[in-house]
Amino acid sequence: MAEVRLENITKLFGGHIIGLKDFSLQVKNGEFVTILGPSGSGKSTALRIIAGLEHPDKGNIFIDEVNVNKHLPQERDVAFVFQSYALYPHMDVYENIAVGLRIKGCCKAEIQKRVQEVTGLLEIGKLLKRKPKALSGGQRQRVALARAIAKRPKVFLLDEPLSNLDASLRERMRTELKMLFNKLKATVIYVTHDQTEAMSLSDKIALINNGMLKQVGLPDELYYQPKDLFVASFLGSPPINTLEADIIGENALMCGKICLNISSDYRLKLKNKNKVILGLRPEDIKVYLEPKENTYLAQLILIERIGKYTILSLNWQGQILKAITERDFIGQHKRDSIWFQFDMNKLYLFDKETLNTI
Amino acid sequence: MSIKNAPAYRQSNKKYRLAPLDSKHLTGLARIFFCLAIISMVVFNLAPFLWQFFSSLKNSKELYLVPVTYIPAKVSLTAYEKVISNPLFLRYFLNSVIVSIFTTFVTLSLASFAGYALSRLKLKFKTALQFLLLLACLFPQIIFLVPLYELMARFSLISKPLALVLPYVTFSLPLAIWMMTRFFLTIPKEIEEQAMVDGFKRLAILRKIILPLSWPALATTAILIFIGPFAWNEFLFSLSFMIKDTSKTVPVGIALLSGTSMYEIPWSQICAACVLTTLPLVLFVIIFERKIIEGLTRGAVKG
Ligand SMILES: Nc1ncnc2c1ncn2[C@@H]1O[C@H](COP(=O)(O)OP(=O)(O)O)[C@@H](O)[C@H]1O
Ligand SMILES: [Mg+2]
Repeated sequence: MAEVRLENITKLFGGHIIGLKDFSLQVKNGEFVTILGPSGSGKSTALRIIAGLEHPDKGNIFIDEVNVNKHLPQERDVAFVFQSYALYPHMDVYENIAVGLRIKGCCKAEIQKRVQEVTGLLEIGKLLKRKPKALSGGQRQRVALARAIAKRPKVFLLDEPLSNLDASLRERMRTELKMLFNKLKATVIYVTHDQTEAMSLSDKIALINNGMLKQVGLPDELYYQPKDLFVASFLGSPPINTLEADIIGENALMCGKICLNISSDYRLKLKNKNKVILGLRPEDIKVYLEPKENTYLAQLILIERIGKYTILSLNWQGQILKAITERDFIGQHKRDSIWFQFDMNKLYLFDKETLNTI
Repeated sequence: MSIKNAPAYRQSNKKYRLAPLDSKHLTGLARIFFCLAIISMVVFNLAPFLWQFFSSLKNSKELYLVPVTYIPAKVSLTAYEKVISNPLFLRYFLNSVIVSIFTTFVTLSLASFAGYALSRLKLKFKTALQFLLLLACLFPQIIFLVPLYELMARFSLISKPLALVLPYVTFSLPLAIWMMTRFFLTIPKEIEEQAMVDGFKRLAILRKIILPLSWPALATTAILIFIGPFAWNEFLFSLSFMIKDTSKTVPVGIALLSGTSMYEIPWSQICAACVLTTLPLVLFVIIFERKIIEGLTRGAVKG
């Protein structure tokens, strides 16, 4: 267990491709931190830099307050779980787990004990004699995890460990991972592009885009207090609805043909601006089958039933809005029109130019 | 789903196994042409060998019969008896075995290191280096004959196996390095990175991770070196550097097989000797081909 601190890391590939740009992150002892971001945003690069597989052009890496910039991967005492698992194809499961321990200088009895422990923990005790090619994807994943855990490293680095599993297995492993690392009280840095995974697993999320840190905080902080439109749209499924609006008064907005009155807290912040983007989470749009006070008429264009909820796609003045309702809300009949209402307290406002939250 | 996140891995995994060239993928006319081409190639390549084989079984009278008989009317093994009981021929054979195995082994070892360096390490002038390697293959062998002879003579290596092994290794290396480099590039980088995080040093990675995974390439390359132009079959250097009778290799030895008089060429003995020297090659290929197939089917890393 350990602390990890990245200070202003910059990494360029081939002199111009941005891997990371001025990236800083602090991971406390025993914390489960997720680096979340779209594909190509530099997540793996960050992890590889911590592991020593890649060297930063600028910046410092600290593990337990020791600057490890110049340390080789094996000197950093980290465990890396690759997206592809990277099991040694010519070694059986036991050997895959044991070989790292042997190099670390563990004695035979200790190795045996640890292998037994982790394979028990991950329920792969029966597979010890198998080669990786005789394992299913899920089993390989467990072996890769077991190999990492057996090392008892200071830090676990997991690069999209669930992304090669099918959906149901992924969900199960997600729960298991969470329980596992809770039990181990280990320092974990986890990389994923899947916001659900990040939200459900992490103590802290670092959202990254184009190699730059966008926001770091508790999952709820990122969800409810996004710093900008990117953060707001990356978290949440379906993503946040956005609408353009003109500012027409101190706390009045014109959105399409409709005038909205917003909280007067915004009054000062809206000065000198004339366009904003409204953000509205699908769960904050209330839908009605009949017109009510302060409701707007929209065309219902798509109904997606996903278990407990139903997602409605509304066409409102040429813009598509998504709303989440109870499963039976619509019933079985077809209908074209529907009425909805914004929850004005849950509206997000973003600056049209900078895309920052107002 | 997740496929788009792992394109590099998938690709490299695919390259890991070779697609079999198979007439099943072809249809109609194409298939007929494919089969015809294969058959004519086999006939073209095997016919001389068959003739040689049959000739080795003929007695000397039948050998000179006109019109020619292709299949011997009476099988006679005298030619084989003569060749095998010739102590010089056995000596040639042994020399060839020693030189070829030694050449193959040394070339393969060097090529593994060089190929690994070229495929994985960050080197300056890497492209230039690779280009130079290819360039070295372009010169005709005969250019080197005289200088090499001088060199061997200066180091008193004439008639010693090393006089052949050294140039053979040198001339086999470019192709061997190229093949090993290509193969190492198909091994997923993550496996090595995992090994680094696990604490393996560079050389240990090569020895314990990469080479055990490289059986197919090692075997193929070994075959190519062994039966290639610079081991078992080499003639020119062997003829020039191996002056003592007891140090000659098989190709030269066969050429020098003589009959009872200067004017008699012992054709059936020559043919028998050729058959006998081809056998080890066939065995060698069969043994290693099994290894290759084994290696090819064991590759999978992830599914
Ligand atoms: N070895 C490399 N050479 C060149 N560019 C690279 C290399 N590794 C990563 N990149 C580039 O750096 C950026 C970040 O990559 P990566 O960290 O792998 O993203 P992520 O893991 O978030 O998908 C991408 O644009 C990628 O193309
Ligand atoms: Mg990645």
